[in-house]
Amino acid sequence: MKKRGPERLKSALSYLLLAALIIFLLFPFYWTFVTSIKTSAELYSQNVTYWPKAPTFESYRRLFSEYNFLKPMGNSLLVAVLTTLISVTVSVLAAYSFSRYRFKGRKFLMSMFLTNNMFPTVLLLIPLYAIMRKIGILYTPASLVLSYTTFTIPFSIWLLSGFLDDLPLSLEEAAMVDGANRAQAFLKIILPILMPGIVATGAYIFMNSWNEYTFAVMFTNEANRTIPVALKNLIGQLGVEWGMLTAGGIITIIPVCIMFFFAQKRLISGLTAGAVKG
Amino acid sequence: MIKRNSSIWPYLLVAPALIVVLTVVFVPVINAILMSFQSYDLRRPSRIGFNNFKNYVEVLKDPLFWGALWKTIVWVVAGVGLQFVFGFMLALLLNKKFPGRGIVRSISLIPWVTPGVLIGLMWRWIFDGNYGVLNDLLLKLGLIQESVPFLAQPSTAFPAVILTIVWQGIPFFAIMLLAGLQAIPDELYNAADVDGANSVQKFFLITVPSLKSVIYVTTLLRVIWVANSVDVIFNLTEGGPAYATQTLSVYIFNKGNSLNLGYAATLSIMLTLVLATVAVRYLKTMFQNQEGKA
Repeated sequence: MKKRGPERLKSALSYLLLAALIIFLLFPFYWTFVTSIKTSAELYSQNVTYWPKAPTFESYRRLFSEYNFLKPMGNSLLVAVLTTLISVTVSVLAAYSFSRYRFKGRKFLMSMFLTNNMFPTVLLLIPLYAIMRKIGILYTPASLVLSYTTFTIPFSIWLLSGFLDDLPLSLEEAAMVDGANRAQAFLKIILPILMPGIVATGAYIFMNSWNEYTFAVMFTNEANRTIPVALKNLIGQLGVEWGMLTAGGIITIIPVCIMFFFAQKRLISGLTAGAVKG
Repeated sequence: MIKRNSSIWPYLLVAPALIVVLTVVFVPVINAILMSFQSYDLRRPSRIGFNNFKNYVEVLKDPLFWGALWKTIVWVVAGVGLQFVFGFMLALLLNKKFPGRGIVRSISLIPWVTPGVLIGLMWRWIFDGNYGVLNDLLLKLGLIQESVPFLAQPSTAFPAVILTIVWQGIPFFAIMLLAGLQAIPDELYNAADVDGANSVQKFFLITVPSLKSVIYVTTLLRVIWVANSVDVIFNLTEGGPAYATQTLSVYIFNKGNSLNLGYAATLSIMLTLVLATVAVRYLKTMFQNQEGKA
């Protein structure tokens, strides 16, 4: 059946609208990248160009030679990896408990984890600063790992419980009938099947730790500054050197993009499962 | 195999997560409450001590607090409202089958995983009054006669930061609502077609009611996130010019940076109270839905 005129117009319009929305969402990235490969003469000329006349990676070279951008990248990596390992381990255990047991106080504990997200970051920031200083981990990566873990645990438990709820109980039951205990059944049967879900959750945690700014700016000093803080400082130091600033921006987002594409399918299904099923 | 007897295992498994959350959230929360009743200004360390409700009285008399509260409401309502409208639009468009849909769907999510500092940097450059691309586009289209310093004047700065947070939040809504849309059985639409319903009727009588719980949960979740967000505004304008973009979260962050911790704590308690009212409704919905499922 051929589409009628108005139908065709309607679908053309909807593609146009879709294209407009996608351009709106992606244009800032395009613009940042284009800016980072322009020469400064072109950057500050009166004519704004939408593709560089002479693309150059000079800004990137200068960024790494004049500013130590590798150090904050290493710091961010350390914090993100540690946070991911700890959060995932702790959350898998809790999610298993919430998904496989019905116990007194289950609902209360689950709401307690959820209310966690409700407290404004700024409310925790100030007392935490004092606490970190008192126990002597202020200005060490440990202070960030500890804070990030707390913020990522509730969400990870939510995601992982969703994945676990989807796994039929018969899997473990079969193993336990064969004489395995609960821990063996979990390690040998559940964990391998849950792996994609764990990877997605891990990627989510990694991205969050990599991106976080508010805590990082308060809890780090020169030596263990993470990448968002370094980027923000760069804005302060360079002011209007947009070539180098945008180069720094592109470098910051590359690991996030890699993580995201690696895990997006599972992450999306995990995120949405919780909301759609309730 | 779901055990209903009271074994110790479920508690042991939850314990590590609970301990971390308790030490890093509940202990500081209690500290913050205590601090809110104290004169706690690190620039005046000799005066640190309890002053009862003095901070709260001062907050209620503080015009910056009321200004920031009002800005928070506008920020959340306009920000989340527009995110929702455009996110819904995107979800409906992505729900149609077309080649490359998977790729479009995943790349449209990137703004959501972009660090706040980078969002601030990118949009600052777009809004720039001298070399900004937005000015260039508007000039070429003939919509403005001369460049506008969007972030430097109070009248345009607030709409500009709202536009930025809308940009960041569209993907979240789009992806959540898209999942909801895909869960609606086709039979419902087929039955409506038989009854001769037009697409507007189908939208309001089938689509919206079926998505009710997704809409409710995502909106409230987003309200809390947006109300708490500091980094986007802080990296665009730091709350300026002339406090034009200073929401409550940003005001608290600025107060904390200026080391008046007692007053900052009081302000954050006020923000928490406002948000708690919203969050309680959120939790209720969550559990109502869960019981409906079981």
